[in-house]
Amino acid sequence: MNIVFIFLLAVIEPPGKPIVNDRPNDAGRNITIQWALSPQDDEIDGYEIYRSQVDGPFEIVGYVPKGNSSFTDSTQDGIKYCYQIAAVKDGEIVAQSEISEDVTSSGQWFHTGRFNIFIGIIIYSIIVLWFIYQAHLGKKMYIRKISGLDALEEAVGRATEMGKPILYVPGLSSIADIATIASLNILSQVAKKTAEYNTTLLVPNRNPVVYTVAQEVVKEAYTDAGRPDAYNSDNVYFITGQQFAYVAAVCGTMMREKPATNLFLGYFWAESLILAETGASTGAIQIAGTDSVFQLPFFITTCDYTLIGEELYAASAYLSKDPLLMGSLKGQDWGKLIILGILLIASALLLVGFEQILSLFNIS
Amino acid sequence: MNLSPEPLVWISAFLTLCIFSFLYRDNILYQFAEHLFVGLSAGYLIAITWHNQIYPNLVIPLFQEGRVIYIIPLAFGLFYFTRFIPKLAFLVRLPIAFLIGWGSGVIIPAVFQRDILRQTQGTLLVREAFEKWDTGLWAIVILVGVITTLIYFFFSRERKGIIKPAANIGIIFLMIGFGASFGYTVMSRISLLIGRMQFLLGDWLGIIR
Repeated sequence: MNIVFIFLLAVIEPPGKPIVNDRPNDAGRNITIQWALSPQDDEIDGYEIYRSQVDGPFEIVGYVPKGNSSFTDSTQDGIKYCYQIAAVKDGEIVAQSEISEDVTSSGQWFHTGRFNIFIGIIIYSIIVLWFIYQAHLGKKMYIRKISGLDALEEAVGRATEMGKPILYVPGLSSIADIATIASLNILSQVAKKTAEYNTTLLVPNRNPVVYTVAQEVVKEAYTDAGRPDAYNSDNVYFITGQQFAYVAAVCGTMMREKPATNLFLGYFWAESLILAETGASTGAIQIAGTDSVFQLPFFITTCDYTLIGEELYAASAYLSKDPLLMGSLKGQDWGKLIILGILLIASALLLVGFEQILSLFNIS
Repeated sequence: MNLSPEPLVWISAFLTLCIFSFLYRDNILYQFAEHLFVGLSAGYLIAITWHNQIYPNLVIPLFQEGRVIYIIPLAFGLFYFTRFIPKLAFLVRLPIAFLIGWGSGVIIPAVFQRDILRQTQGTLLVREAFEKWDTGLWAIVILVGVITTLIYFFFSRERKGIIKPAANIGIIFLMIGFGASFGYTVMSRISLLIGRMQFLLGDWLGIIR
């Protein structure tokens, strides 16, 4: 070991032997080191953490100020390491702990601190699958009226009568966003109607992947409607990934093409009001839907109909009446009912002093 | 008035006014700025994607470090271009399916944690909330708001009986929330306009400091 000892007049006792462990619930490459502080912790500046591979030289891997008794080291998985802690004062080592046991870092497949999330998703999935199964068996499922979606047929019909296009903006987010996926499901239904009515459907895109998916969705919808010849790939197009450049281009399209119907369905940011205001100024009928709480007020004030949050997710089931989607929707409702029940029961238990119920919600 | 001598400030001010001209009507100046903006941003996106994504995450590991496993993401990326070859166009569905599956897998546990577990935990009535009458009252208001809003979003039940008034209360809570959000967001948008006006009147025309 190349650590030089400097003995000072005042005796500094070493920190405790480090306890080393692979950090739990991670993807590996991390080791946590903990030690008992030196009894003279107040008199030193801090602790240097030294690491060695088995029989190899020690090297410094970190420093923590006095009062701290833990450190997480970045390592390579599968290699055995041992650690030593040195108390430091005025840049010199004044005491040194014993060498730790050997330790190896590794990744874990399962995060035990999130077991409640796992159980919750399993229960929810079973409920949804059960209702999908029921729907598959032919059980009738009821779905309440959603005005914004009832207006879709009217909006497509209006565009057809006026001989003008329909503008469909699938939000500005990525394909990983639930609102985008919901929007693409609605796009499929809208595209089927435009194919039947032979109405032009314009779909400008901001995200390259969403653009590719949107093209596939519209193409398939036209094929399903028996009108593959009416599909024009130029009508589903990519503009740019820059938010406000995209908005400038869509606003220009609204002013020049004068669509009879504007559909803003998906996830939106600050552009929502610009798009909806421009659309309103052209006299188009506008239907919007998003799960972005901050943008919903703008759509509510400027559009004819607005799908609020989960109404957007329910739209594809509502429009297609596909039994599988209806079953899924029923399952979601039961999920909400369970949450409602948990809220009431857990609140009642907490009020009578059963605090342990809170541990059900803890996540590490 | 102390006009800026900087040509870039003049260009920036000109383009700002071009975009503002849309407030009057669509015109050739707006169209010029719009197309310039779209073209520049698309080009910039390509450069950024190459430097921040493709080069460090694919070119270096695959071609410089020789990590052969990176052929898989390369192939998946190239599948996107099969759209231009009709006979192979079906291959584009592979990366799309992968991305949607991966995206759902990543987002669902995160949403469950953030929007369900945390929100439920925050809504529960606890004894400490009732140590003061006002905090207790707000805790009850939040609980009632969450329950009635959840009922508003029940789709598979007809709105009759207890569900109807509960859903009506839920929509009132929603609209109050949207009203508050509206005011807050408008304030932040006005600050954006103020920033642009400061640029025009300060940096460009030099009327204000």
